[in-house]
Amino acid sequence: MLTVNGISKSFRGLKAVSNASFEIPEGSINALIGPNGAGKTTIFNMIAGVFPPDSGSILFQGKPVHGLRPDQVCTAGIGRTFQIVKPFAGLTVLENVMVGAFLRETSTAGARRAALEILERLQLAAKRDLPASSLTLPDRKRLEVARALATRPKLLLLDEVMAGLRPTECDQMVEVFRGLNREGLTILLIEHVMRAVMALAQHIGVLHHGEVIARGTPQEIVRNPAVLESYLGEEAEV
Amino acid sequence: MAGNYALSVVTLILYFAYTGQAWNVMMGFAGQLSLGHSLYVGVGAYAAGGLFFHYGIGPWAGLPLAILFCVALGLIIGFLAFRFGISGVYFALLTIAFAEFTRIGFDHLDWLGGPGGMFLKVAQRDTWDILNFRGPPLMYYYAMLFLCGAALALCSWLLKSKAGYYWQAIRENEEAAQALGINTFRWKMLAVAISSAMTAVSGVFFAFYYNNLFPEQIFHISRSIEIILGPIIGGIGTLFGPILGAAVLTLLSDGITDGLAALGWEIPGIKQVFYGVVLLAVIMFLPNGIWPPIARKLKL
Repeated sequence: MLTVNGISKSFRGLKAVSNASFEIPEGSINALIGPNGAGKTTIFNMIAGVFPPDSGSILFQGKPVHGLRPDQVCTAGIGRTFQIVKPFAGLTVLENVMVGAFLRETSTAGARRAALEILERLQLAAKRDLPASSLTLPDRKRLEVARALATRPKLLLLDEVMAGLRPTECDQMVEVFRGLNREGLTILLIEHVMRAVMALAQHIGVLHHGEVIARGTPQEIVRNPAVLESYLGEEAEV
Repeated sequence: MAGNYALSVVTLILYFAYTGQAWNVMMGFAGQLSLGHSLYVGVGAYAAGGLFFHYGIGPWAGLPLAILFCVALGLIIGFLAFRFGISGVYFALLTIAFAEFTRIGFDHLDWLGGPGGMFLKVAQRDTWDILNFRGPPLMYYYAMLFLCGAALALCSWLLKSKAGYYWQAIRENEEAAQALGINTFRWKMLAVAISSAMTAVSGVFFAFYYNNLFPEQIFHISRSIEIILGPIIGGIGTLFGPILGAAVLTLLSDGITDGLAALGWEIPGIKQVFYGVVLLAVIMFLPNGIWPPIARKLKL
């Protein structure tokens, strides 16, 4: 579904991502892991159209998406969340999600209906009339996901949505994503919370210093010596 | 004549309420700060006024022309700003610059009177001549009342539509808005187009109500500030804020003049001092404007 072909990106001479390639099959859940500064968010931003790669290509459903603007990428069917949450603080929770829903709905009533459905799913329905600024961090993370889902993506990019969640909240989120995946949503997540990665991901890519150093199933990754050394640590228990 | 005086005050309130509502579409809804809305009032006034002055053509033909000019100017400013990532204070400066350039330009436009001004003929003030927009003060009052009502209906509809949601999203966080598939350039341009078109109508009214136009006055930045004080005091981004703000400010300004005259305090500049103190108090104690707390009380 998504093919990333040797993309690279430098910021003022500093190589953030170099020659990264991977493929995301339709209907799968994939994780991108690695230490801080490994280039995970940079890869996300290139896929989402925040900035184009210096070289390489990104194909979504066979069509190039590198060089498109973020709104064009979203319209093409790739939704995203932000690691540092960006709620529309002055709007209510429901209105936040309606903004996303308007991408596929023209009428306010239609957008409202679609948004309510998604809020129900993410257990935010009770808080729908509260201003987004009043939400706690876990709820803001949920709101990020709800808003992105409202654009009806075929591929969802999740940037550290589990960070800051308690284990039970994390498990709830995992369940939500499993459910969405069963309905056909393809997911690519960046995550530090290995509990979530192991529970969700069928394929994992490991980034280190901007390079993909390993790819495989969770079982393969936790036994990979290079990964253990650079990221998980020798005595990783997962 | 007391009736006519009251009528002129109410007409002025409605004028500022309407124009503030127009400005509010850009700033209050879409978060784009314009400090040069006098540009649209002036260009709208001169477009319709010039047509009447030179060719005797009434404002009904001047109105679309005024809107056309103003929307074109607005879109040029919008294009320059949004295409090249000029936002916030720098966008505000750009709007001031355009208003100032135009003011200087009109000073040298002899065909429209130049700095000496343009004066529209007033044939009669007794009967309603709707075709030429000539008549008694009551006619202007009704015209403004109608415009205010129409603007309120339009803005309330806009705010509940896709455009309103998209504008507010852009105002709150443009990056997040874009990530949700919103073409922020296009929607900001729409806000500018609607706001400038609405303000063009203010200009046409201004020309036929006051009948004299001077570039130094109509394009002056103090006119732009006058327009935005209403919505700021009343509540930026709200529907009733611009109306309430215009009423409070206009009544305050007139009340201070009358009150001080009654007390016999004829100190030069004291009116401005009073006005300033009241503005300061509102901004300090009601930073979101007067309307939001009232709306909460009324459970709106």
